[in-house]
Amino acid sequence: MLRYTLLRILGAIPTLLLVIALAFLMVHAAPGGPFDDERALPADVEANIAAAYHLDEPLPQQFLRYMSGLLQGDLGPSYRYRDYTVAELIGTAFPYSLKLGALAMALALLLGVTAGTVAALRQGTALDKVVMGFSMTGISIPVFVIAPVLVLFLAVKLQWLPAGWSGTTGMSRYLLPVITLALPQIAYIARLTRASMIDVLSRDFIRTAYAQGLGTVTVVRVHALKPAMLPVLSYMGPAIAAILTGSVVVEEIFGIPGLGQFFVRGALNRDYTLVLGIVVFYASLIVFLNLLVDILYGAIDPRVRYQ
Amino acid sequence: MSGNRSIRVTAGILLAVAIAALVGPWISPHDYATTNLENILSAPALSNMHLFGTDDLGRDLFVRTMLGIRVTLLVAIVASLVSLVIGVTYGAIAGFVGGRVDAAMMRFVDTLYALPFIFFVILLMVAFERNFLLIFVAIGAINWLDMARIVRGQTLSLREREFVEAARLTGVSTLRIVFRHIAPNLVGIVVVYVTLTIPQAILVESFLSFLGLGIQEPQTSLGALVDAGVKHMEGASWSLLIPATLLALILLCFNFLGDGLRDFFDARHPS
Repeated sequence: MLRYTLLRILGAIPTLLLVIALAFLMVHAAPGGPFDDERALPADVEANIAAAYHLDEPLPQQFLRYMSGLLQGDLGPSYRYRDYTVAELIGTAFPYSLKLGALAMALALLLGVTAGTVAALRQGTALDKVVMGFSMTGISIPVFVIAPVLVLFLAVKLQWLPAGWSGTTGMSRYLLPVITLALPQIAYIARLTRASMIDVLSRDFIRTAYAQGLGTVTVVRVHALKPAMLPVLSYMGPAIAAILTGSVVVEEIFGIPGLGQFFVRGALNRDYTLVLGIVVFYASLIVFLNLLVDILYGAIDPRVRYQ
Repeated sequence: MSGNRSIRVTAGILLAVAIAALVGPWISPHDYATTNLENILSAPALSNMHLFGTDDLGRDLFVRTMLGIRVTLLVAIVASLVSLVIGVTYGAIAGFVGGRVDAAMMRFVDTLYALPFIFFVILLMVAFERNFLLIFVAIGAINWLDMARIVRGQTLSLREREFVEAARLTGVSTLRIVFRHIAPNLVGIVVVYVTLTIPQAILVESFLSFLGLGIQEPQTSLGALVDAGVKHMEGASWSLLIPATLLALILLCFNFLGDGLRDFFDARHPS
């Protein structure tokens, strides 16, 4: 297990480096500088600005400077939010996104696994068809369509839930964003769970468990759930990425001051350092969480450790 | 729903939508860019031929929606072709060469799977001025991973089959084996995965347009129309609901179509 864990950690490092280099190159290959669209400045002022942000150095040197800053948690200054560093901006915005994402993920796992298991146990019945129909719809319809439609009906028309973020406090303001973000994942996890649960339930050890006189609930909880969860576990990586992507939209629609909103603003304002910083931060987060999933997978299923 | 019927129904709906998008703007007396500030956000009505109402600049939403469908479908098809070319080439090489090359190539794909591609596309949109071509290529370039995996797996198993062995023994060249014996056997599965790639490409494009990073005004796409609809949903809910429903319908149809085709081509993999 230790060997497996170490190998996984070593494997994650090149991925991370690749991501950072790619993002860095992309931003720096952009035609024109970040200060271009302001009024024309005298040449010496422009040179001073370039020097202050080290834009006059050759690219490899800039990259090394960026990397060494990164290792110390320094992502550079924001070009647009003067007086703030990118790290400070991420620090204020990320807690909102984290809470949103974690709640959505928990909800998705809880509902998705339950719905998928129930559908598998009632395979072929009307209930199964309803779950699968909902699931296909949930997978197909993007978050940015679900979100405004939910707001329109639940918040604007029926006024059950607050539509916006500002002017409300407590958990109720998280409710609609979390549901919106979780829906597609619930749908996908339900599908995955159903398929693998059907597969597991047809195995011999399940038949044996039933033959011992165990009830369905016990058979599923004790014997079937763990092996059936493996495909769901390996979907966690893409799910995390999807939730981060979705939260960009959800934050924009509900006006949550999270990282996604900063990302979009940064992109529209051409705030290169902020956008780069957020991409690097998100990518590191995803690589790290994928690593966790991999290690967890190895802990649950010993077979993968020896591949 | 049996595979065959689901294919026919969804293909029929998609065809109808595509035809409406092609013919609609041509029949309507309005055009997509003419503004009319005396008739903003009007409700759908037959009397003035604003079938889907008008937007906040008084432009006809029916024509704009049809135009949006055109753009959305165009982006989706071109992007899917880009991903088809990359994915099939990559997967076929990895599968056919096999061994260490295959292992390295697939490891690379695994690595790419872990990346938050959408952020890179946004980065690309920010770094370079947004243009149509770039959107196509960027979206296509991020959707080839599944295709590469599937094609590689299929090629790997085809390579070991007797008829390929026989071809090799009779002295058929490698190139000819690839094009005459392997490629035709990949068609079914490739068709299925292209169909499943299209909704993903639509999703990315409309996501970008929704954030204001995709198609530029006065051009439009379904994502951009949904974005505009969100701003006026309290007074003019139709401006949100119509493009949202159409986008959802198109995505749903492509997903069902892909699923149906998969069942049709691959009886061993019932969904």
